[in-house]
Order: sequence, then structure tokens, then C-alpha cells
Amino acid sequence: MNPVAVIFRREFAAYFATPLAVVFIVIYLMLAGVFTFYLGNFFERGQADLQSFFAFHPWLYLFLVPAIAMRIWAEERKAGTIELLLTLPVTMAQAVLGKFLAAWAFVALALAGTFPIWLTVNLLGDPDNGIILAAYLGSLLMAGAYLAVSVCVSAATKSQVIAFIIALVLCFAFTLAGFPLVLDAFAAWLPDGVVNAIASLSFLTHFQSLQKGVIDLRDIVFFAAFIAAWLYACALIVDARKAD
Amino acid sequence: MIDVQALTKDFGNRRAVDNLSFRVEPGEVLGFLGPNGAGKSTTMKMITGFLTPTSGTATINGHDIRTQPVAAKREFGYLPEGAPGYGDMRVLDFLHFCADLRGLEGEQRLARLEQVVADVHLDGVLGQRIDTLSKGFRRRVGLAQAILHDPKVLILDEPTDGLDPNQKHEVRKLINGMAKDKIIVISTHILEEVDAICTRAMIIAKGRLLADDAPQALADRADSGRLDDVFRDITSGGLS
Repeated sequence: MNPVAVIFRREFAAYFATPLAVVFIVIYLMLAGVFTFYLGNFFERGQADLQSFFAFHPWLYLFLVPAIAMRIWAEERKAGTIELLLTLPVTMAQAVLGKFLAAWAFVALALAGTFPIWLTVNLLGDPDNGIILAAYLGSLLMAGAYLAVSVCVSAATKSQVIAFIIALVLCFAFTLAGFPLVLDAFAAWLPDGVVNAIASLSFLTHFQSLQKGVIDLRDIVFFAAFIAAWLYACALIVDARKAD
Repeated sequence: MIDVQALTKDFGNRRAVDNLSFRVEPGEVLGFLGPNGAGKSTTMKMITGFLTPTSGTATINGHDIRTQPVAAKREFGYLPEGAPGYGDMRVLDFLHFCADLRGLEGEQRLARLEQVVADVHLDGVLGQRIDTLSKGFRRRVGLAQAILHDPKVLILDEPTDGLDPNQKHEVRKLINGMAKDKIIVISTHILEEVDAICTRAMIIAKGRLLADDAPQALADRADSGRLDDVFRDITSGGLS
């Protein structure tokens, strides 16, 4: 079996070895529901779509993804198992990829658990299911981006709490990179080109069109490249700091 | 064959391993001796490819650990210091995980699993989670993982640390039993262990190789004929 698959299987099973999986999925589903119905005014809008559901995904991921990613490398370093893993015949890329994909699959599982809301909207009205599918795809891609940042941060520290907080702050910055809240910090001292580049990294902007069912290749490429870049950085950090 | 060539490792300004070179041939059981902080573990971590040397390299059965890490890693079994294991896994699942990564399949896989479980006496704890195991059992799980694929080269960092006298005896017996056609490198600061299992001993302090000889020949260097005395003399700067 391919080493990526072996590591994937172990990591995926590890979520279910402790109450972590259940706690995460239950809280994710509860919050997703609460946001949709109370903050998103799902019923009051009177529209047969899931806009009010997907609009809150960036904010859900912002807190929950760093929480599941914080342990991925930090724990491995703390327990010393990283020495075991990296002296088995696997490459760094295989280890990083296996762990990332397992976490991503876990988030995908949680996301799949929201299917009752899709049933609900189909029961109540006649929504465009193509749009909903595109939005689910966009949501999953965005979750991967949050995850890649968080996994990378987890590799830089032995402390899971520090990993969580730093990942949260970074994810927050990327979520809102296109908005004055973040841009104002840079606009004063960086040239316009750089500020525009920062703005173009905004998760919210890229998710906006996907959420409306527009699958723009640029958004897909953005998330894929973003994930790849952070995973590459993650491999470099693991390699540099594995023995500290 | 393990061929270590001018291995050096700096941590900041501190030189942990200083230009270490040696060869180990099949059939040899090499004991790494040295006080705490001598560079034993650092050397092992570099040979196994966990740490990148500042300079120099190690070759394991012809595979350079720096340029062909995966091929080199297939050749050896390694018990890291402290015998780390995934606490959330059951012992049997953990061994299956290692067997998967080692590419063991079919009949051979089952035979090897059965063999190592019997060799290190794990049958009673196979269904237990690793973080519920005692220190002795954890170390045995680490050993099982290291010998699982019947490697030609075994690198064991303090394999008997934390074991009770009976368990120590068992592990030494196991190592002696495997020694014939393998290369075994163990690190220890228990000198009696060197007498019991090693065919060759290297004394290291401050990252430098201070002595390399058969245990008996080393012991004979002291008037008392005791390895303890030689060790103390050499590592405190008396003899070397």
C-alpha cells in the first residue's frame, strides 16, 4: 500500500480514537444550524437556497479548523513519535500529505453531515441543486485552505495552544484580507501592487462567487495553489524543526 | 555494513558530534558508551536520517542516508530514545501500521507479526492502547516495531532503559539471539550490558571517539581489569 494511504488511514482513525471526532462534529453541526436559522434568517428570507447556510462557513472554519489541526504535528513532536515516523521508509512529502488529507477528509465528513439542511430546502421549495453542489465544493476547498495554514503552524510549535491561537489569527487575516480591517494595516507603508496582492488572497472574496454557484477556475486554482504552497512550507518547517 | 564518514553535528555554537568515522560489519554488536550528553543519541539520529548532519554522512548497506534516505531506511530497524509510540493506538494496530509502512504483505506479514509478538512477549497487551502501557511494555512495543521486518541492521537507543532485571535479561537474550548475521548498534550507559552482549565497544564523550575496542580489551586497559574504571578514566580525561 502507498505510504500516503497508510498514514492517511492511521491519522483518520486517530480522530475517532478519542472523543475529539464526536465533539467536533456535534459542535460543527450545531453551530452550522444555529447560524443558518438565527443569524442567517433562513426562513424569513423566503428563498429556496442555502445562501444563509454557506455564508457562515468561513467563520465556522475560522475557529474549528485550527482546533482540529493544532495537534497534527505539535503532538507528534511532543510525544517524540515524529522520530519514529520519519525514520520509517516514508518521504517528508508523503507524511505531510497523508496527515493533511486525513484531516481534510475528516472536515469533509463533518460537512457531509449537514445534508439534512439540503433535504430541508428541497422539501420546502425548489432550489437549484447545481448551485448548492458548487457551494459545497467551494466550502470544502476553503476548508482545505484553512487547514493547510493551520497544519503548517502546527509544525512550528510543540504547544497545541500556541498552534491554535496563531493559526486562528493567520486564518482570520486571510479570511478578511480583502477588507479594510486587514488592508489598512498595510496600505500606509506598502506599495499599491503589494496591497492589491494581499487583497487578492482573501478567502471571503474567493468563496463569494463559489457560494453563489459560480465555479470560476481562478477561484479553484487559487485555493489549490494556496493549499500546495502552505503544505510545501509545512514540509520545510517540519524538516527544519523536527528535532528541536 | 554501516559506514559512518566524518559525521559532525553542531547545535548553534555547541559541537555535539565531532568528526566521527567508523564502520560496522555484519555479526558485530557495537555498544555506544558515553556519559549523558556525549552525542550517542545525536549520532544515532543522524545515522537513521532523522537529524541532518552539519557535515559528513552515513551509508547503510550501500545506501547513503542523505541522498537515498528511503532506501537506507528500509535497511534498518530503529528504536528511538524513550521508545515513542502513538498513544491513541492499540498495540496490534500500531504494529500493523508499521508493517504497512514497511511493505510487509501476506503470509510473511502474519508470520513476522506472530514472531515479534512472541519474541518480546506482547501477547497479553495486543488490544491495549499504547498510552495505558507501563514503561517496560512500551519499550517492548518499540523493540517489536524495530525488528518487525527482520532488518539486517538494528539501531537501538537505550533498549533496556526502564526495564526490570528480568526484562533486561530477556531483551539481552533477544539481541544475542539475533546477533549472528546482523549489524546491531546499541547505546547504553549500563556497562554490564556491554559485557553481556557487545562484541565491540566505542566510548564517546563530547562528541569525540575516545576508544574503540573489544569490551575485554578495553577492560584490560585498567589495572583493575574493570570496564567501569576504564570508562571513568577515559571520559574524565585520564587515559585517552
